Amino acid sequence: MNKDFPPYLHEAYRATVLRAPRRPLIQVPKTLSEVTGPGPTVSAAASPDTDLTRNGGAGGEAVGERIIVTGRVIDDDGNPVPDTLLEIWQANAAGRYRHRRDQHHAPLDPNFLGFGTCLTDENGLYRFTTVRPGAYPWENHPNAWRPAHIHFSLLGPAWTSRLVTQMYFPGDPLQELDPIFNSVPTDAARERLIARYAHDVTQPAWALGFRFDIVLRGSEATPFESAEPSRAAKR
Amino acid sequence: MKGRDLTPPQTVGPFFHGLLREGLNMLVAPKTLGDRIRIEGHVYDGNRTPVSDAMIEIWQANARGHYSHPADQRVASLDPAFAGFGRTGTDEAGHYWFETIRPGRVPFGKSGDQAPHLNVAVSARGLLHHLFTRLYFDDEAAANARDPVLRGIPEDRRSTMVAKKIIADGKTVYRLDIVLQGQDETVFFDL
Ligand SMILES: [Fe+3]
Repeated sequence: MNKDFPPYLHEAYRATVLRAPRRPLIQVPKTLSEVTGPGPTVSAAASPDTDLTRNGGAGGEAVGERIIVTGRVIDDDGNPVPDTLLEIWQANAAGRYRHRRDQHHAPLDPNFLGFGTCLTDENGLYRFTTVRPGAYPWENHPNAWRPAHIHFSLLGPAWTSRLVTQMYFPGDPLQELDPIFNSVPTDAARERLIARYAHDVTQPAWALGFRFDIVLRGSEATPFESAEPSRAAKR
Repeated sequence: MKGRDLTPPQTVGPFFHGLLREGLNMLVAPKTLGDRIRIEGHVYDGNRTPVSDAMIEIWQANARGHYSHPADQRVASLDPAFAGFGRTGTDEAGHYWFETIRPGRVPFGKSGDQAPHLNVAVSARGLLHHLFTRLYFDDEAAANARDPVLRGIPEDRRSTMVAKKIIADGKTVYRLDIVLQGQDETVFFDL
């Protein structure tokens, strides 16, 4: 397990207490099953839907502060990850998801679905247009609020490059109070979850720009080929 | 040592329904080669309470043991009617299912192979990082005993990864529960 990754058990985030495995994760050899993955095939079949301000289905435009979120997807060797699918989802500008389990007393926006997809180009670049999501309350502890965030899901080139994460916004005072954000153990790693305001991305009289780069595990080219599997329990 | 620091994972949270496009748990098309099977089970937490907001993803080889991926270069064994990826959410009872085909044997090393298996990833609210495991088949005892991944697992825990065959309404069904924590906790991998 990477030292910058959150532990499964992070008691401040209450839902981890009964869901985190208590046995150590087991190291297994990397085989063809792990160095392959669904990313290339799924991405090739995807049809991008990158403008969340216009895909709500009611024909109008979502309410909120219009933003552009862009960045590069690279692997841990620094190589761009081209033609790969990103799926994002988020609350609307008032902090409400279009989901039956979201009972937050905030308005739904008929013009905001809160879900979008994008493919990276040959340089690993992606770009979404959306609205800035609102903060929303949750039941983890008294007066708990999630900082504004956008959820990201990427399959990447290999089964082991799968990433589900959240992008945060700079200067949000709720971050230091949020047990999910703070489950990431180091300052440097938490910083990597915060988008940067990017004036060069900002479009005059239209939308504010944010840059969020993503580093995935690469596809290790050759699977582990020893006949004896390694057997080391970590953590 | 790799040069770039990875983006850390965060929980999928409770509101990932946008990821669950219809049909993503039906991997078979009429032309898909291989034996039709159904995979099903429940996801439980440390209190044996069903986890009703988990996302299960599977990745598997086709009936000839070939992955639909550029790193698997045995072009002759590709099945254009089978991509091998499935995704679903659990329902209120913590139940999940996939309609797929029985995977073939995937090579391991120069001359060996692996027992038929599905690669499984579990995401949920309360999981700060998804969990990796595999699903094997209980009617493949000999192949399972030789499998390079299963052999690396303590013997008393291997059964948490082996699905049990039943016949229901004339269909072949393999059942495997995923237990996130506690008694019979599923084996999860450090990949
Ligand atoms: Fe959220």
